[in-house]
Amino acid sequence: MNERGGFPTTLHARAEAAGLRRRAAWRKGVGFALTYLILLAILAFAVFPFLWTLAISLTDKKAAGISIYDLPRSLFPPAVTLGNFVEVFEKLKLGKYLLNSLIITGLTVAGTLIVSALAAYPLARLRFPGKNLIFAAILSTLVLPTETSFIVNVLTLNKLHLLGTYWGVVLPTVATAFGIFLMRQAYLAIPGTLLEAARIDGASETQILWRIMIPLSRPSLTALGIFTLVSTWNAYFWPSVALLTNEELLPLSVAILKLKGQFNYDTFNVAAGAVLMMIPVLLVFLLAQRLFMRGLEGAVKG
Amino acid sequence: MKRQAWTTTLAAYAFLAPALVLMGLFTFYPVLYGAYLGFTEYTAANLGSGAPPRWVGGQNFALVLRDPLFQTGIVNSLKYLLVVPVLQIASLAVAVLVNRKLPFIALFRAGYYIPVITSISLAAVMWEWVFQKDGLLNWSLRLVGFFNQGGQFNWLLNEHTALWAIMLVTFWRGFGYYMVLYLAGLQAIPGELEEAATLDGASPWQRFWRITVPLMRPTLLLCSLLSTIAAIRVLEEILVFTGGTGGPLNSTYTALLYVYNKSLGLDFNYGVASAAGLLIALVGFGLSYLNFRITREDRGER
Repeated sequence: MNERGGFPTTLHARAEAAGLRRRAAWRKGVGFALTYLILLAILAFAVFPFLWTLAISLTDKKAAGISIYDLPRSLFPPAVTLGNFVEVFEKLKLGKYLLNSLIITGLTVAGTLIVSALAAYPLARLRFPGKNLIFAAILSTLVLPTETSFIVNVLTLNKLHLLGTYWGVVLPTVATAFGIFLMRQAYLAIPGTLLEAARIDGASETQILWRIMIPLSRPSLTALGIFTLVSTWNAYFWPSVALLTNEELLPLSVAILKLKGQFNYDTFNVAAGAVLMMIPVLLVFLLAQRLFMRGLEGAVKG
Repeated sequence: MKRQAWTTTLAAYAFLAPALVLMGLFTFYPVLYGAYLGFTEYTAANLGSGAPPRWVGGQNFALVLRDPLFQTGIVNSLKYLLVVPVLQIASLAVAVLVNRKLPFIALFRAGYYIPVITSISLAAVMWEWVFQKDGLLNWSLRLVGFFNQGGQFNWLLNEHTALWAIMLVTFWRGFGYYMVLYLAGLQAIPGELEEAATLDGASPWQRFWRITVPLMRPTLLLCSLLSTIAAIRVLEEILVFTGGTGGPLNSTYTALLYVYNKSLGLDFNYGVASAAGLLIALVGFGLSYLNFRITREDRGER
């Protein structure tokens, strides 16, 4: 192209290039906007039940003729109150169920951490006969056909007089391949020279576990703790089975549906109970999101 | 053995003891004893009198296979498998969408994961309001022009839609989980591969099919396997949405609900329930094998 001579041509070419650039930028902008539109639509699908429930829980139901099915008004409460939250504690004995949830979750998290931290150490760092067999057996629990396990576990707990107690809910759930495997991976990452030095200094295996392995694998312990906390807090099936004979000890995750079925069924109160049950899990998740996701990925890659 | 080795072995087994005792009692024993119970007559009456299970051979299996309720359960559980491909394709697509460096992308990822950390009972509370006759779903459909002439119904009480409605909730609770797993897989793909393909003039679509999908095959296999097993074992969803009835008109009666109702829900016939559980485990095993074979053969063709 003759740039010097053809003045009009150059101008034309420049204009065309600018046009192309503008069109490219325009297309990019549209693509960007479209991407976010899709992202937002999926986000709406994921979280709208929570937002609606939150709105319901905050609605002042004393206003005449108010109903959650009065859409779209129930999406944006006309009068906001915390009264429903107070009421669920007074009328539905929510405090009792919250306490049950706290005890069951606390015991399960503590039990899982202790059992996993102990069992993972020999599997990661000690040599002893039967090691491979035991490790294989633990991993095999991931694929065992467990369709009938809940039946036998109820029979066993009944025999041990643990049915309808906190321990009946907790004990069958604390020894998991997931927890043991996660801790084993953490121990494997600790340098062997540290252990050798401790052994030369005459440290016992218990001291090594307690003074070196556990403190150095705190991130994994935290991740396992959070993971167990969330799943136990949310568990529905097993607690409902293990506490079939003693509804006084039900955690909130099971009780919330019982409350819903009761004669004093009040949508606004149930929504308040749902929000109260969700808040702890949501807080834990948002604070420990990274650990949570990493724990999940680690568990799968293994 | 040397003294040193003996003390190490002793320590190893001491550390493993809690995990082995708990797993033995609540994981291995139930699987084995459950399999045995499938061949026996064992009911609530045995519990009362203390009489041991009585061996009856394959009688329970014949009874279960002839039971129309069990047949309905198996058919519904197989129908439930339809959620698997939809769930996997959608979560892979969402993972590709959020695997980019965009502003606020972490916020979207976290948002999509929130349904995963929701208890099934909370999901039941919230989604029931959505599926009501005057609920959010019908209201939204009316908003975009459906059901303007009336005819809206409660999605959970209509035998043609109830199973689909519950499957939608499974999808809602699942897509964030698989998204994270796929995201982990995507981030393990070396960036140079994509760059090289781009330089060679590959379109995004070609890059997806030629690079992403082949490299994601292990993750795809794992995720589809996990969700297939989960789908064939579906029980909690049905329990919380139908109160264990599997209604309306048994349209949501799944195979594992049969096991639950035969044992603890209604009949307290542990032998028959265990036989049904074994049959379901067999179906699950067969499906996993099929899943594995199909993915393997795909790879062989390449």
